[in-house]
Amino acid sequence: MSAKPLLDVTGLTKFYGQRLGCEDVSFDLFEGDVLAVVGESGSGKSTLLGLLAGELEPTAGHIDYRQQNDETVELGSLDEGARRALMRTEWGFVRQDPREGLRMAVTAGGNVGERLMAKGDRHYGQIRQRAGDWLEKVEIEAQRIDETPRSFSGGMRQRLQIARNLVTHPRLVLMDEPTSGLDVSVQARLLDLIRGLVTDLGLAVVIVTHDLAVARILSHRIMVMRRGRVIEQGLTDQVLDDPADAYTQLLVASVLAA
Amino acid sequence: MNTVSGLKATGYNFAYLDEQTKRMIRRAILKAIAIPGYQVPFASREMPMPYGWGTGGVQVTASILGKADVLKVIDQGSDDTTNAVSIRKFFEKTAGVRTTTHTGEATIVQTRHRIPERPLRADQILVYQVPIPEPLRYLEPRETETRKMHGLRDYGLMHVKLYEDIARHGHIATTYAYPVEVAGRYVMDPSPIPKFDNPKMDMSPALQLFGAGREKRIYAVPPYTHVRSLDFEDHPFEVQRFSRPCALCGAEDAYLDEILLDDRGQRMFACSDTDYCEERRASGHTGLQGDAA
Ligand SMILES: Nc1ncnc2c1ncn2[C@@H]1O[C@H](COP(=O)(O)OP(=O)(O)O)[C@@H](O)[C@H]1O
Ligand SMILES: [Mg+2]
Repeated sequence: MSAKPLLDVTGLTKFYGQRLGCEDVSFDLFEGDVLAVVGESGSGKSTLLGLLAGELEPTAGHIDYRQQNDETVELGSLDEGARRALMRTEWGFVRQDPREGLRMAVTAGGNVGERLMAKGDRHYGQIRQRAGDWLEKVEIEAQRIDETPRSFSGGMRQRLQIARNLVTHPRLVLMDEPTSGLDVSVQARLLDLIRGLVTDLGLAVVIVTHDLAVARILSHRIMVMRRGRVIEQGLTDQVLDDPADAYTQLLVASVLAA
Repeated sequence: MNTVSGLKATGYNFAYLDEQTKRMIRRAILKAIAIPGYQVPFASREMPMPYGWGTGGVQVTASILGKADVLKVIDQGSDDTTNAVSIRKFFEKTAGVRTTTHTGEATIVQTRHRIPERPLRADQILVYQVPIPEPLRYLEPRETETRKMHGLRDYGLMHVKLYEDIARHGHIATTYAYPVEVAGRYVMDPSPIPKFDNPKMDMSPALQLFGAGREKRIYAVPPYTHVRSLDFEDHPFEVQRFSRPCALCGAEDAYLDEILLDDRGQRMFACSDTDYCEERRASGHTGLQGDAA
């Protein structure tokens, strides 16, 4: 494992016209690190994730990523082809709404196999085998491989989305509120699964959540955002047990009260 | 098509389109030839026939047609369906060119749904009528996204479609409009020809032009260009095979249509390319029902 970070984000800023999305966000992420980004609705979490994924153009700042081959690239300098290739080999993006992260008209096997085919795999039997292995890993029954996610529950769709992203063994996965909108028991099972996969695969993760309990379970480090700015970051346990910032104290207190 | 037969011998240009429009379309055709398989947008004109009648193909033909050309028009392999007859009459009337039903005599063949069985020559042009030019549309309806995919040669999605076919049917069930890769670069929809015809596109000496009227796209395969049908290593591309020869001419290498003979369900399989079948019979070939001709 290299001593250099996987991701080095500096001064990342996004304005939507006059409106602030996020401002001056900086952090490092090392291999195997899980960073939770928390904050109330409108605090800039999704904006930050969109910038990291290259789906939004930053107004200022830069994102340095150390590739598999140990070469560091500035994401903004990549052309779109290179960026897309990176996104579907070394990166993953699990979206809040699985309908945006999946192809709803395509079978579970096709959804998981898409990344393999995109990177050039042309053996149907092998693609199907690997898709099947991944369905098993995310606890979807093998015989549902030829069903479309339309017939899946919310929790299953989210697990399918995870399999679709992890099949190419990415090093870094972005997750936007992956457990929100699910029943509490379903949430717990999904969190368990994510935690297991992250540990087994040594994934680096940036996970956006408004739920401090999710941050507590999954993340090593936490970043608290408010009105587009980072107001506190540090080790998750430290920040949550002993918040320095008054706003964080309020957040933690409201969770405890709830 | 009353509008066509209603055209007078005056009041329109040779082959109906005005010269400026033809030049615009020829520019699109030249660009299409220069970038094999790439869909070139063009300002499709209203034609005196409805979309779905081959207005894209008609505009391409009108733009390349010269007085000395000999035109053949086929629809599903036949020269005498309403669609083929109307288009042939349209050009007889508006351009006064000679028309033919013989593939060997034609300099331009406009087609819907088939490639003639008789191999085409370098002095011939095949013009396809295309309903939907975008092969990726099935899984990605957003035009901005499909353009990007072509631009980046990001064609994984095309294989997802074939994967889905095998997952659902046990084999690649796509039999028409089977996607191809042209000159190792662009993926192209060959129009709804049977996949049986796909191998004929590969390294054809004839220029192949594709016109989509409603969708305003022209694309091309230049002569002697590699055209490869997409597939999987363990599910290689295969053409349809017929279990029997043509009942009329005995051809074993032709695409056959099933033809009902009477209302008691009697049927036979015969060449879909009627000119090919007739020429074979004229030169003495015969099938089991050869006398039925
Ligand atoms: N596409 C957009 N256009 C204009 N403003 C936006 C857009 N997306 C987000 N914003 C604004 O940016 C701020 C941060 O939003 P967002 O990143 O979605 O926050 P969060 O994900 O934390 O709820 C909000 O004020 C929001 O209204
Ligand atoms: Mg959000």
